[in-house]
Amino acid sequence: MAQATDVNPFDAAPKGPNAFAQITDNVARVAELPKPPRGWYIAFGIALTLLSVFGVSIGWLFWTGIGIFGNMNPVFWAMPIVNFVFWVGIGHAGTLISAILYLLRQNWRTAINRFAEAMTIFAVICAGVFPGLHVGRPWLPYWMFPLPNQMSMWPQFRSPLEWDVFAVGTYFTVSTLFWYMGMIPDFATFRDRSTTKVRRLAYGIAAMGWRGSSRQWHRYERAYLILAALATPLVLSVHSVVSFDFATAQLPGWHATIFPPYFVAGAIFGGFAMVVTLAVPARQFFGLKRIISVGHLELMAKIILATGMMVGYAYSMEFFVAWYSGSDYEMFTFVNRAMGPFAWSYWCMIFCNVVSPQVFWWKKMRTNPWVILVVGVVVNIGMWFERFVIVITSLSRDFLPSSWGYYTPTFWDFSLLAGSFGLFFTLFLLFCRYLPMVAMAEVKAFHPSAHAHGDDH
Amino acid sequence: MSDEHKEERRSDAPVSAGGLHGILAEYETPSALVAACKKVRDAGYQKWDTYTPFPIHGIERAMGIRMTSLPWIVLVAALTGLATAIALQWWTNALDYKFISSGKPMWSIPANVPVYFELTVLFSAFAALGGMLLLNNLPHPSHPLDHKQQFAKVTDDRFFLYIERADERWDAAETHEMLAATHPVTLEDVYEDESTPAQVPGKIVLTLAVVAVVALVPFGVFAKMRTSRNTEPRIHAMGDMDWQNKFQAQQPNKLFPDNMAMRAPEPGTVAADEHVDDDHLTTGKVDGQFVRTFPSSFKIDEAAMARGKQRFEVFCAPCHGMSGNGDGMVAQRASALAEGTWVPPTNLGLEYLGKMPVGQLYDAIANGVRNMPPYASQMSVEDRWAVVLYLRALQKSKAAPASELTDAERAALK
Repeated sequence: MAQATDVNPFDAAPKGPNAFAQITDNVARVAELPKPPRGWYIAFGIALTLLSVFGVSIGWLFWTGIGIFGNMNPVFWAMPIVNFVFWVGIGHAGTLISAILYLLRQNWRTAINRFAEAMTIFAVICAGVFPGLHVGRPWLPYWMFPLPNQMSMWPQFRSPLEWDVFAVGTYFTVSTLFWYMGMIPDFATFRDRSTTKVRRLAYGIAAMGWRGSSRQWHRYERAYLILAALATPLVLSVHSVVSFDFATAQLPGWHATIFPPYFVAGAIFGGFAMVVTLAVPARQFFGLKRIISVGHLELMAKIILATGMMVGYAYSMEFFVAWYSGSDYEMFTFVNRAMGPFAWSYWCMIFCNVVSPQVFWWKKMRTNPWVILVVGVVVNIGMWFERFVIVITSLSRDFLPSSWGYYTPTFWDFSLLAGSFGLFFTLFLLFCRYLPMVAMAEVKAFHPSAHAHGDDH
Repeated sequence: MSDEHKEERRSDAPVSAGGLHGILAEYETPSALVAACKKVRDAGYQKWDTYTPFPIHGIERAMGIRMTSLPWIVLVAALTGLATAIALQWWTNALDYKFISSGKPMWSIPANVPVYFELTVLFSAFAALGGMLLLNNLPHPSHPLDHKQQFAKVTDDRFFLYIERADERWDAAETHEMLAATHPVTLEDVYEDESTPAQVPGKIVLTLAVVAVVALVPFGVFAKMRTSRNTEPRIHAMGDMDWQNKFQAQQPNKLFPDNMAMRAPEPGTVAADEHVDDDHLTTGKVDGQFVRTFPSSFKIDEAAMARGKQRFEVFCAPCHGMSGNGDGMVAQRASALAEGTWVPPTNLGLEYLGKMPVGQLYDAIANGVRNMPPYASQMSVEDRWAVVLYLRALQKSKAAPASELTDAERAALK
């Protein structure tokens, strides 16, 4: 971010005698320059404020109880679940980029995979908070795990909610392992460039004595490939399992076989929208435009367009199936979605998720970072509303008209949502400042001059 | 970056009296390194390695590195994860804590598949990272190469080849000559690192040991509590609703003169709907004597008899039998089991019962007799009298002389 008075040191040309050294310098200086850019401070201040809102809200929730939420008969699953599904969805792009694009040999992923993975982990942390908060007795979430306890009881493994515990837990753990393993060589770079004892010790411990031995690289690459192969079905399974929470219920609007692929497509859509939302300011602030190029953003815009069309297809297919089923309850639910008391949220979702990405048909639009940023934010809003529509409209009007009701969120519902963004951005901004934001070793490996000529195969 | 600090850490001079450890060649491009690798490989060296900032495509073949066994480790871990998931769900839900959910079988494999998958992936991922670290001998805190100043660039933009002195084919002059022919940027001897202690410092070991022991304490407490025979309630970190700000029945309460929380009704209090001012009807007694007549407000007719029969068959017949002979299903079963505590139900057709005042029969129904429980809570006052009426009819049917029958009935019996 260039200011009127001084030039952003992050925008200077990276130092180094060759392309590899320049890549190192460009990425490492983000963590090494004495001060981050001013934009970082502003963003961090906002993030910390929201984080304290989160802390106060959780404190008040624990002190008072879940009566502070707007959840009320018949809408007992409300914003905590909406927020959970929203954040889990966001957490899909990172591992998708790391794993699926790796297996598909999409080498452009190296520019964005590291911070997309970080985003995934922070989003899953935000997601994990909500199930713990909404149970009402936040000191009892250990009941979710198969731990021997004084009640001599065990979790119910035939319940999708228990599958969720394992799916989200495994996803978080595997993503973290994958992320950490990817960073080991970059931690070694930071260690070898460190100028203070603290940095050398901290990055040295994290790097675990990595020295770039080819014998080690060989096993490292094999491990990376295996993790990618494991993470690929995992990424598809997580949101499928989350969708089972709804799909195995009998409620019209939830009880649909399209849910798993529909949720996965939506998760990738929302996740990529969050990646571009973070990538555009990050490359601007930290002078990473050479590494995260407009070409990369354009590719992500194309994925957003494609997955946006998929969720649009899913929305229309839900209506078709409701009509084709011949079930009065199903038909009513969908008419109610589009024209009932929550129609505003439905059309907001349609505009954000189906209409807004259509601008990416024009090359001019998908190569303009600021257009991409705006669409990314709009899609994030739309994906939040998608979960709102699914949860709230279906619950508020089900089989029995006498128990219909309207759902009104309270101040605390919103403060927890806003606060979770504070947690997310605080973690993300700390990551930008202290950890290798781009996978340097991977970017170097795909640089044209990295190829050894005359190898004998 | 302060170069001063670097100097201190990485010096080219032998750090101490340590002997020669190996020879390090530095290259500027991956191609130069790969070309040098082939030479070293063909010369038959075993204890050597290359160090690069990123994995170089094709260097495994140039170095003669064989395929790692890591995939097999991961396969074993995957199968372990699967077996764990199967055992966990089978033991917890089908064996140790059985309960039916949604009409599914106790052991329903399709419903358990998601957890199979998740634990398989989880175990495999740990094995992939852990196996990689293990096979790579990581963490590896110190190495003689760390003292070479140029080696700091190994994670940046330089490529190194290192041959250890411990190699069987090592010959100081010959090895040096061979590497010199590959045109390295630098070619230098590396000395043993004697500045870094070979052992982990005692303080660190002690701290880790103390932390490890302290970390076991909670588990020890849990284990003790699980086998404890203590009759006190469990420890409540959170009270839930176990302690409420209210008085309970047997507690003292200083607000009342008698210091009791439980309030007895005022003498003579009658609950709503309880009292009808007719002892004959409600107790079957007048002046302490059992009545011999039905109460005047109880209307004896065919409807009352039918009602009595119906109630008798619901409440009395299970023990006393449909005809009151004391051979109901419960009695038969109890006799079959020959339980010592069982008192057989009375045969209601016995002569002394036929002469018993109706008030006493009524009293037995309302308040119970011997181990027959009271039925007052299950039968209304009118129903009790109706049962007494039906009982009288039953008794009469057992001991009625032929003279009391009508002609038609006598004819029917023949």
